[in-house]
Amino acid sequence: MSDLYGEKVMDHFTNPRNVGVMKDADGVGEVGNPTCGDIMKLYIKVREKNGERIISDISFQTLGCGAAIATSSIVTEMVKGKSLKEAEKISNKAVAEALGGLPPVKMHCSNLAATALLNAIEDYKKNKKGEK
Amino acid sequence: MIYFDHAATTPIAPKVLKAMEPYFSEKFGNPSSIYRIGREAKSILEEARKTAADILGAESPMEIVFTSGATESSNLGIKGAMEAAAFETGSRVHVLTTAIEHHSVLDTVKHLEKSFGAETTFLSVTREGLADPKDLSKAIKDNTAVISVMSGNNEMGALQPIEEIAQIIELEKERRKKQGIETPLVFHVDAVQSFAFKKISLKDLPIDMLSLTAHKFYGPKGVGLLYVRQGTKFNSQQKGGAQEKGRRAGTENVPYIVGMVKAMQIADEKRDKYSKKITSFTNYLVEKVTAEIQNVELIGPKSNQSRLPHIATFLFKGVEGESVLLNLDMLDIAASSGSACTSGSLEPSHVTKAMGYDDLSAHGAVRFSLGELNKKSDIDKLMENLPGIIDKLRAMSPVKG
Ligand SMILES: Cc1ncc(COP(=O)(O)O)c(C=O)c1O
Ligand code: FES
Repeated sequence: MSDLYGEKVMDHFTNPRNVGVMKDADGVGEVGNPTCGDIMKLYIKVREKNGERIISDISFQTLGCGAAIATSSIVTEMVKGKSLKEAEKISNKAVAEALGGLPPVKMHCSNLAATALLNAIEDYKKNKKGEK
Repeated sequence: MIYFDHAATTPIAPKVLKAMEPYFSEKFGNPSSIYRIGREAKSILEEARKTAADILGAESPMEIVFTSGATESSNLGIKGAMEAAAFETGSRVHVLTTAIEHHSVLDTVKHLEKSFGAETTFLSVTREGLADPKDLSKAIKDNTAVISVMSGNNEMGALQPIEEIAQIIELEKERRKKQGIETPLVFHVDAVQSFAFKKISLKDLPIDMLSLTAHKFYGPKGVGLLYVRQGTKFNSQQKGGAQEKGRRAGTENVPYIVGMVKAMQIADEKRDKYSKKITSFTNYLVEKVTAEIQNVELIGPKSNQSRLPHIATFLFKGVEGESVLLNLDMLDIAASSGSACTSGSLEPSHVTKAMGYDDLSAHGAVRFSLGELNKKSDIDKLMENLPGIIDKLRAMSPVKG
């Protein structure tokens, strides 16, 4: 079954990066995958640096298949230290590519991570507005 | 490898393989040919048919139709009987089945609804996965032509009350006779998972059609049979030569048929001993899993009487089945989530859905099915790893386990 996924997917699946709850997160994004019902929660911490808002820390929790866990993990690596602007541009396709591809039936799984990220950024912006 | 997927398939037993061997390149004749090796093939084929009939308690070997497996058997039986009934009555006919059948029955029935205009009913089941004979009785209509109920469920192991259902159907047949209702009624049973564990004697049990596939009981893949009680009308589906008395065209797969029948013989002889052994393994597994892992549920009937001995399906709360299977696979432990077919699709299984589990719980389903390849120590080895795997996945999960 490990042949179902590439090496990179299996690496992130077995050693997922940035797992866990973030108690003092600035933004939280939660999505349920409409195709399969799997769930992901993404937490971000945002800092201002040279007038830019940067994702300084990120973590995730995922209930899902191997692809869902691997995409969650790699997306946290891809955006950590990136500006919100850059992070917003990350597509599910880019996530899948970073993992060296996903089997066709598993392409929808990468939506989970990309959408959760956008939701977390959205949530951060909303919280920010509330503060002002 | 540790193999906990005997409900998906089993290895060919050495004795079975040995029985098959001469029929590949040595005694390779076509049973329809008139010269010696053709006649020999024919006689082997008919001998196999007779043995299969005897094991099943059939009245005549002619009641056995060899096929390419249970999928074909159920397609042939259900479609064939529905077509024959529609032709005979000249009107729309009804097929009644349960919501937890294998796809080979379920999708055949759905196909009949779509392309043939058949009326259909999919009976719901209890939380334990059992069809209620009373519900079934109420769902029978004057135009019901086929009732198909599986004997043992492949995803969670519920044994359906086939005997009781057969009695209800017999009463219905008598009622029709008395009242002059002409629609024939055929009772079809998918006995694929139960055959190795539960003796079915068609002499005593009024079943009209029964599907089997050899690879679930240490026979080869791609061969099965359909039992058809004498006098049961059905139209052939596969057209061509006159093999199987015109009921199933195509040159007979002699080596595989020989293999299947040998596997049936062995299964029939060993049934009680095998059941006892596998029951004790499965009980041990269930005991261990429920004692050592929190928030886990064994689904299916509570009573062992209503369960297949070899299947234990657990819902692990807060995790997803595939991620459990991947972790097990890395340790070379084979199990499945629901059915092998389901792992290719994304929908939670129709079986857990029919039992009333929500999609999220159904996601955490992992099926272990035990058999000849197992030793008790396999379960110990599994249990050295499974609690840790579940813990790790739960720590990663946004849903509390
Ligand atoms: C209950 C049940 N029915 C039918 C089948 C179909 O058998 P086959 O794929 O050999 O045709 C299976 C196994 O896949 C099964 O478990
Ligand atoms: S199957 Fe649900 S996220 Fe992959």
